[in-house]
This record gives sequence, structure tokens and C-alpha cells, in this order.
Amino acid sequence: MKKLNSLDDLARFSQHSQDLNALKNSNEAAILVSVDPVCIAKGAEAIKDALVAALADAGLGNIAVYEVTHIGNPEKEGPDILVYPRETHYVRLVKADVPEIVNAIKTDTVVTRLELPLPVVKDEELHDPEPKEVRVILESIGKLNPLAIEDSIANGAYGSLAKVLGEMQPDEVIETVLASKLRGRGGAGFPTGLKWKFVRQAPGDEKYLVCNADEGDPGAFMNRKVLEGDPHAVIEGMAIAAYATGARQAYVYCRAEYPIAVNTMNLAIDQARRLGLLGENILGTDFSFDLEVRMGAGAFVCGEETALLASIEGGRGEPRVRPPFPAQKGLWDKPTNINNVETYANVPKIIGRGVDWYSSMGTEKSKGTKTFALAGDAANTGLIEVPFGITLREIIYDIGGGIRGGKKYKAVQTGGPMGGCLPEKYLDLPVDYETLGQAGSIMGSGGMVVMDEDTCMVDIARFFMEFTQDESCGKCIPCRVGTRRILETLQRICKGEGKPEDIPLLKELCEETKQDSLCGLGQGAAGPVISTMEHFMAEYEAHIYDKKCPAKVCRDLIEFSISDNCTGCTSCARYCPTNAITGERKEKHVIDSSICIRCGICHNVCKFDAIVIE
Amino acid sequence: MPEPAKIRDPLDMPEQRRVIDRTIDEFMHLPGAAMVVLNNLQGRIGYITKPMQAYIAERMNVPLSKIHGVVSFYSFFTTEPRGKHVVKFCIGTACYVGGAEQLIDKTKQVLGINPGQTTPDGMITVEVCRCVGACSQAPVIVVDDLNHGKMQATRINNVINQILQSEAVSAA
Repeated sequence: MKKLNSLDDLARFSQHSQDLNALKNSNEAAILVSVDPVCIAKGAEAIKDALVAALADAGLGNIAVYEVTHIGNPEKEGPDILVYPRETHYVRLVKADVPEIVNAIKTDTVVTRLELPLPVVKDEELHDPEPKEVRVILESIGKLNPLAIEDSIANGAYGSLAKVLGEMQPDEVIETVLASKLRGRGGAGFPTGLKWKFVRQAPGDEKYLVCNADEGDPGAFMNRKVLEGDPHAVIEGMAIAAYATGARQAYVYCRAEYPIAVNTMNLAIDQARRLGLLGENILGTDFSFDLEVRMGAGAFVCGEETALLASIEGGRGEPRVRPPFPAQKGLWDKPTNINNVETYANVPKIIGRGVDWYSSMGTEKSKGTKTFALAGDAANTGLIEVPFGITLREIIYDIGGGIRGGKKYKAVQTGGPMGGCLPEKYLDLPVDYETLGQAGSIMGSGGMVVMDEDTCMVDIARFFMEFTQDESCGKCIPCRVGTRRILETLQRICKGEGKPEDIPLLKELCEETKQDSLCGLGQGAAGPVISTMEHFMAEYEAHIYDKKCPAKVCRDLIEFSISDNCTGCTSCARYCPTNAITGERKEKHVIDSSICIRCGICHNVCKFDAIVIE
Repeated sequence: MPEPAKIRDPLDMPEQRRVIDRTIDEFMHLPGAAMVVLNNLQGRIGYITKPMQAYIAERMNVPLSKIHGVVSFYSFFTTEPRGKHVVKFCIGTACYVGGAEQLIDKTKQVLGINPGQTTPDGMITVEVCRCVGACSQAPVIVVDDLNHGKMQATRINNVINQILQSEAVSAA
């Protein structure tokens, strides 16, 4: 694979890649050889040479043999090749296999002992777009092979980088991003162009670029999908940002829970480097830039930018006071630009298609599109992408298909553990950074968990507080102690031990934790409690005064019994995890409530609606 | 009282020792090396004991407190060996509202252990983890890095049996 040494080289390579793609739909004979480094180590180049020679000997010299970066899994299947027009995938080849393959091509047959059809993967997370969606970031995902850079380049990847390097000064790039009104997709919504400007203007030659891929919010997986499905969009966006800000070295900080994303990014970076799209003098210009992936190790707080920097520096991921902001003093005390995965992925689109196109989507203050991970009790779960300004109702009902099983909507949780729960009255709210904030939630990174009538909002508040308390790094006291006191109070209420004075106590604790904590984690920790208290106070009161859980979730406040509907099918008894259910076949069963842990498995497995929860 | 049988430290096993040395040599010169070295050792050895931490600190010429501080801060780093197979229960929001707790209740019965524990034969460790980011497939359990989505309490027995059967096959 030769390095691309000029903008023209890239254009030629793009055309070549499109031609390779066209092979799929043509009747033309051709052979693709994977030159992944692992395949090369296993002798791929010798196999390629042998193929060329054997084709010539067989009078098939007109069949072209091309190198490609990736076909199948190189560790398990390499060296491997693809033979067109049949698109036959031959794997684990040795040189001695070549004559047999060439003979098969000549006789239009297949060497079955060497064949391994490429797997057809069905994506359960990304469906065809619904009419109200607008796909920009997710546009190419699933349509190109993220493990082979040619596919992305054939699709236009690195075209915006070439445009920037060839035609634009760094300041022009910043002005363009400013004019697009792109805002940070990590959740805070800070104008991206302004951040870049601060970093560019910060004194010093040594500057860094960081991509925040520590997508820790439970319920969010948009960034993972982008890293796994369109890694070159992120790399290209980062390269453009580096050109604009003056950074030369970058890090993608990815959470350890995303091993496939880490591997895909590493492979993509390696391929980009081999083509000269990363490294010294990119495309023959004097712009040099490189990046590497750094992995987290399971600490939610590392999504906070100063904690993330501390983690890249190799230490405990504890946040620090801002200012100074990372744009002034970031990684190793040097000016550092930090953006989210989706923010970077937007950049090549804006440069490529122009500011006018971009700002035609969205609302006055929130331009463009946003990806959301729709999960929970929506009928259709998965990733979606919508223009800002769409209503929650359109997202949940028109795109998400409403509530699963015809149940009643209760709330949608946005913004993760720092966000809030929005009840039905907000369904017609147009979604953008400002409106969600005014409604008592946040945009966050884009997790959207839909909850139906069977969800207990006090239990949800407790669930989030358990998460936040566990993930509090412990550096500052308001967060460390505040989250624990809030959690204890909520646990007490869920157990039926709540007191009337717990409500003002919770309000006070929430306010103090919010006001006094050091970083966004502590400042946002009370979000789910505040929003559920505001919108679902009746549920808190039922737990405290009546010792009842209206949604019948809190285990200490419910009892299970079996009604006369029971047919004695024994299903509940078989699956009960504590053997609390007894009864003869075809006779009514009984639950021993002293052993029952109220897990609800019996209720789920009963086909006769005989399990009664009170 | 007799001393309990000591598990040999990876440092005392020549093959593992070589892996440790190779890993330190490979990454110690990177900026911010501690996280990279520890992440790789966690992956290659499976755990990072106190003696290993001391050894890493000495080789990298940083205080032991720094290495130990990092190991104890991040939940992915463990100081003890885990079971041969790890079954992780995602308790992210979508999995929680999707019934992750039921799955854990059922597993407690099937294996007789709580999350964070390993079966006495060292075969299976049960853990809970924060969101694995497969929310549209909730509830999700992860068996040795492979996601099993839309899990139900009624299928837990099968999943565990599959692990045990694959072990029995490879033992035979």
C-alpha cells in the first residue's frame, strides 16, 4: 500500500476505491488480496505475486489483482482473498493453494475447501431511517466496511481534510465552524468554533487534541456506534481540528467497556497512517498530525474533561477546578482541545457540504442533527438521528413506535445520571439544548430511556443515585457525602421507612450537592431526584405516607400471591429463584411470602395472569 | 495454625514474569504510561497483585503509591484472579428497567454465589457492570466478552449450562 503524497494522490486513490466498490455490482473478474499487516506477516505478498504469475501462465493475465487493507478477520482467516465476479472468499491461504484457485477461475468453479463466505451481519441497533429522521452522522454506518479504509475514501472520507489543507487557512476553518453554530455534542453544548479559537490563541507551540469517547452515561451508545461504524469520520474531524487549533498530537480516550470500538479505531488509525493520512507531512503538505487511542478502565467520572486528562496522563481520574480551562491548561499543562466523538464527526460534513446546508437544520440556537439512543420501553429501540427542534412526541411515537405492549407512557429519561425524567406534559417540547434544560433535564450525550407505567420513579431516582454515589471519585466532600446521604434517604423511602421530613431533607441535600460540588458529576448528581420530585411527587408521598409503591416495583412494599386463575402449570414454581412457590400439577399454587423475594419472575412467566401483586 | 495455601504470584511464574517484563518494556516510555501498562497487564495477566504493583513501580521509577492509587481507583483493575469464565450483568438504565435484577436473582440460585464472587471450583465469576452500551438489546449479560441481549430469567440456566458444557467438552 503506497503512501498518498499529494492531494491528487488522494483523488486518484478515491477513484480507484470507487472502482473497486463497483466490482461488487459488475460481472468483471478481479481478485482482491488483503494486505492487512497480519496477512502480510503470514505471506500475503508472496501469494499475490504467485497469483499474478499463475494468472499470466493460464492466459488470464487480463484479470487484475488489487491490494486492499482488509477482507476477513486477519488473525483467524488471513491470508485471504476475494475473487470476483462470484465474490468468493478464500481463507487461510498458502502459496500452494494458488494453482487450484486459478484453475477454478478458469473453469468458473469454486475451491470449496478454501471457501468461507463473508458473514452477513444484521444490525439490531440501527434500522432503516424512519421518515422523520435525518441521517448525517449515522448516514454511512452499515453501508461501508469500517475495517477497510478504501470503503470510506470511496465514500468521500478525507475529502474535507484535503479541501482544508489545499484551500483554507486555520482561521478560515475556525470561522467556518463558528458560522455553522456547531455545539459540543458531549452534552454541555459549548460552541465548538469558539473552543477551537481559544486553543488556537493560547500561547505556546505544543498543543494537544483529545476526543472524548468515554461514553459512560447508562442508556447511551451513539458514540460507540460511530467509532465502530465510521471511524474515519472521527479521525478526519480530528485532523481538521488539529489543523485549525495547531495541535500535532491527539488522543482518543475510549472507555474499556467498548473493546470493539477500541480495536476498530486502532485499525483505522493504522490504515490511515499507512496511507499517509496521519503522520508527518500529510498529503505532501507541511501539516503533521498523529493520534492514538487511550483506554479508560471503568471510571464514569473520566467523562468529565479534567478527569479525562488526568487519566490520559496516567493517574487517578480525578477532576480539578476550572478555570484554568483545558483550552489554556490541559494535557501536561499545555493548551488542549477536547470534543466529543459526534462533534468531531460533524466537522467533515460541515466543511464538505457547507455552512448553509448545515445551519438549515435545527433551531435558532441548536443547529444540525443529534443522534439519540432510544431504549427502554419504546416499541422500536435503537439509534436514531433527528434535526434539533423535533418534539419528544415525534421521537417516541413516530420514530420509536410508541410504548411497547400498548402500555401507558410515564416518562422519558434524558441526559443520563445527570439528567432528568420528563412526564407527559413535556411530550410536545421541541428538543434542543435550551428547552431540555428549562424543563429540568439536560441534553446530555443523547441517551433516551423511555419508561412505561410500570416504572417506579422513586426507584429510578434511587437507581441513579446508587450509580452516581458509586462513581463519585471522592475528591470533593459535597459530592462524596451528599450523594451518599441522598442515596440513604431514597433507600429508606423505597423500603417504606420514609418520614415526612425526608422530602425537605432531600430538597436541601440536592440543592447543596448541586451548588457546592467540584465537577459536573456532583453538580448534576441530584438531577434525577430533583426532576422526579418535581413531576412525580405523588409517588414519593405514596411511599412515605401510605407505605405503598404505586407502580408495584419497590420490593419491600409489595406482596405476591396467586389467584384462582392458576391452572397449576408449574411454570412459576420452576423459575422461582428461591423455591417459594409450591403446588401440585393442575392444582392452584401457593407463594410462601416469608421466602419470596418479590423479584417478579413468576409474574413474567405466568401465562394465565394468576400472579397478583399488591 | 497452618498457613493457608498461597496462590503463586504471577511474578514467581517465569512465563507470566516474561509477559510482565515485556509489557513494561513495551509501554513504559509512552507519555502517561502507567494507565497503558496497567491496562495491558490487566488484559494479559488478568489481575494485578500487590507484589506486581511494587515491581511495576520500581521498574517505572514511580512511587508505589501512584501505581496503587491508579489500580484502586479504576473498577476494571482487579488484584485477584477471576474465574475461568466471567458472567457480567449490565445494570445500566435500560437493563435495569428491563429486569436486570431478576436475572441476578436467578443466577444467585443457579450458581449459589453473589455478584463479585467466584464459584468454589474457580470456573465462573459473576460481576455487575455499568452500562455496556448495548441498550437497545436490554437486558444484556456479557459472557466472556460476548453479549447476550434480550435476556430472560428463564434462559439463565441454559446460559450457565452452555458454559459448563463447553468446559466439559474441552476437558474431554
